[in-house]
Amino acid sequence: MTSLRVFFVGGLISYRALFGWLNPWVYIPSFLVAPLFQILLFVYIGRSAQLQSDAFYVIGNGLQYAAIPCLFAMANTIAGERYQQTLGYILITPAPRLPLFLGRALPVAGNGFFVSLFALAVGGAIVGIHVPTSAYAPIVLVTAVCCFSCTGLGLINAAVGLVARETAVASNMLFGALLIVSGANVPVHDLPRWLQAISSVVPLTHGIDAARRLASGEPLSNVGGLVATEAVIGVVYATLGYAMLRGTEAFSRRSATLERA
Amino acid sequence: MRVVRLLAYGWLFQMKMLMRSSFNSWLGILYPIFFATVAFFMFRSGSDSKPLLYASLGASVMGIWSNTSTTAGSAMARERWHGTLELQVAAPVHFGLILLPVTIAMATIGIYSMVATLLWGWLAFGIDLHVTDPLAFVLAIPATVISIGALGFVLAVAFVRFRQAWALGNMLEYPVWLIAGFLVPLSLFPAWVRPISWVLAPTWGIRAIRGAALTGASYGDIGMALLLGCAYIAIGILLVHRALYAARRKGTLALT
Repeated sequence: MTSLRVFFVGGLISYRALFGWLNPWVYIPSFLVAPLFQILLFVYIGRSAQLQSDAFYVIGNGLQYAAIPCLFAMANTIAGERYQQTLGYILITPAPRLPLFLGRALPVAGNGFFVSLFALAVGGAIVGIHVPTSAYAPIVLVTAVCCFSCTGLGLINAAVGLVARETAVASNMLFGALLIVSGANVPVHDLPRWLQAISSVVPLTHGIDAARRLASGEPLSNVGGLVATEAVIGVVYATLGYAMLRGTEAFSRRSATLERA
Repeated sequence: MRVVRLLAYGWLFQMKMLMRSSFNSWLGILYPIFFATVAFFMFRSGSDSKPLLYASLGASVMGIWSNTSTTAGSAMARERWHGTLELQVAAPVHFGLILLPVTIAMATIGIYSMVATLLWGWLAFGIDLHVTDPLAFVLAIPATVISIGALGFVLAVAFVRFRQAWALGNMLEYPVWLIAGFLVPLSLFPAWVRPISWVLAPTWGIRAIRGAALTGASYGDIGMALLLGCAYIAIGILLVHRALYAARRKGTLALT
């Protein structure tokens, strides 16, 4: 019961307290307006270069933008404790670490899910793409899986934030890298082979591919493998992120660097 | 002469501060390269024969705007956090002369991003930079920087009452990339968008730089960029006067 309380209540309180972007003056421009313009930017580049359909860019960028809430929020909700001078208190508590850290990831993934769905729905409506009604529910499922896997990467980002000062720089760099390798705007097969290799093991790539196939009319059963791969990638990143958090926690205790970064 | 010295030192000190921030220097230089890389891949695999140099030049100027939009929006907020806003307002010079070099320095950092993007395009994608009119090209770059910095000056003043001004500035990054024609010809947009593009200095800046590189006749565009820059400065000075008067009257200068 204590673990469940730490997971749900602790995670939610931490998210509300430490993720300053929940202010409407930040939330609306950063999470609701910016993804729409990212979609429009790449839709128009695509039209200019006579490349893919509008739906290709709407789905790619709508899902890829989940990286902003997932990466930034994960870093803020854990590394932010340091700025509030509460990191030491958190790490000295006897609370079990698994619900403590992973509980903070749940609201992050939930927010990323909302932001992505908003971008997909409104961006799609603005550009005027057609998606079969039967694909709506499967695309919602894929969006949720993408946000989960991206939050896994966010956990790694948060672990880095325990030993590095500039989490915003790291989050932006990861976002930029995902923009290239996730296939959001450039089909993965058009990337160099070494980038394709990276693409196959990062979050979002398989989810974006699955969502595009669903939007083109394929049934969920045809993309089950892609969705499962995306979920497995999420589990791997979340596990790695949790291990790194424990590692950086132990490192900071051993070397007394908790407040240094 | 006193004004020139003030602007020069303000610019220099701000540059030194910005270059010591990894967010403003390294990220500002590298972040646009991610978008440039995507654009290079897209234009390279497209069926249109539009030269990659077109995209490379556009992407290179994106960095100047990126470095300005986010940071300029919160320029005055940052002075508040540093505790220096009141001192600057109390200084015996017009506050606009203090704020203007700050935002121009932010745009100047974008030159690093511009060079990095052109180099990246050359090294990774084999995009050679051929400049038809070197003089116009050399003139177009500072004209673009100054005019974008002047636009940042207006943003800095306009957002003075917002605590989260950085988010509003950040929000303007994509729209200006889009409608200033950095990567997409303005002819692709609906007719109502074009007048908005025309009052944005980045539109004329990229036209000037791209024109000097590709066609050679861009002095008119350079003039338009500078003219708009002057207009922004005039608007900013008027706004800053009103903003400071209101802040003093209501006692909200230290609003944080």
